[in-house]
Amino acid sequence: MLSVLALTSVVLLSLASQITAIVVYTSWEKHALVGSDVRLSCSFFSWHWTSPDVTFSWQYRPDGAKEGISIFHYGGGVAYVDNKGPFRDRLEFVGNPSRRDGSILIKELDFSDNGTFTCDAKNPPDIVGHSSSVRLLVFEKVPVQAGVVTGAIIGVVLGLLILIVAIYYLMRFLVARRVFSLSMSKHGKKGKGKEGTQQKQAGPLK
Amino acid sequence: MLAILVATIVLHLTDLTILFISTCANAWRTHGESSYDLWYDCTQSNGGYRCLWTSDADWLQAVQALMVLATIFCLLSFIIFLCQLFTLVKGGRFFFTAVFQVLASLFVMSGAIIYTVMSPEWKKESDVYGYAFVLAWLAFPLTLISGIIYIVLRKKK
Repeated sequence: MLSVLALTSVVLLSLASQITAIVVYTSWEKHALVGSDVRLSCSFFSWHWTSPDVTFSWQYRPDGAKEGISIFHYGGGVAYVDNKGPFRDRLEFVGNPSRRDGSILIKELDFSDNGTFTCDAKNPPDIVGHSSSVRLLVFEKVPVQAGVVTGAIIGVVLGLLILIVAIYYLMRFLVARRVFSLSMSKHGKKGKGKEGTQQKQAGPLK
Repeated sequence: MLAILVATIVLHLTDLTILFISTCANAWRTHGESSYDLWYDCTQSNGGYRCLWTSDADWLQAVQALMVLATIFCLLSFIIFLCQLFTLVKGGRFFFTAVFQVLASLFVMSGAIIYTVMSPEWKKESDVYGYAFVLAWLAFPLTLISGIIYIVLRKKK
């Protein structure tokens, strides 16, 4: 009895520490073309209701740099975008904090925007948790992944082959059934009489 | 009659072997000790082989797919030939076999043509076409001839 109580209390305590942790979600990697816009999405999971004091903050760390700079902050119902750093006039807040969405839109990408973007969300009283990072890769031309085209061509051709063979055998089966039912009705008129017509009537009902 | 049958089977198996070697061997383009395409860029350095994946070019992936499909269709046509040998009515033609064999030859032709047209842009001046490339071009007329033989061939009454 005591051991059961001890076990349940340990489980509940561990659950309680889990319950008050916030989990932030972003994409893993984002690929984009030079000159295009990219939307970096950020959301969170929290056991508490979405507080009016919810905050979102985005940090940017260029490839090869040791530290990041802060580029966006949402707090107290107001969004503060970067007006001094590398993203001035290019950053826009497109999220919906009441829906737990803290996404930002970066316009007119350049190769210097390659790097890691970190989103941190806090939902008081739920403030303990890990932040989440998304890597941005800017390309001149979106590359074709190795093997995608190969697999697609092989899959489509073999799929068509199987489809054609299946249709062929289906047609043969249907023609054979029609021939069978016609010959049955002929026999029905001659010898079996009522049974034949009953079978024919049962067919369209199905 | 038996001689024609044996010759046809030998030709088909030769086609199959040539297609397998051409698809699997990584020797469409060679330069001294290095070999490029269809699957790796392999160079020999310091006594060992170093292989990287080939570049992500779309046309190269299409050639890979066409060669694999040609091999598969040649194999399928051989299996269908063996089936039809026992199930076909006397005097009938090996139509299914011929269709698959001709399709295999078309795929090999497309693959070889695409490679021939697109590879000069990627080729360095000192590169030479390897044996797998030659085998691919050889496989095309052989499979076509084999397919035509199957259209003409009739099962003995």
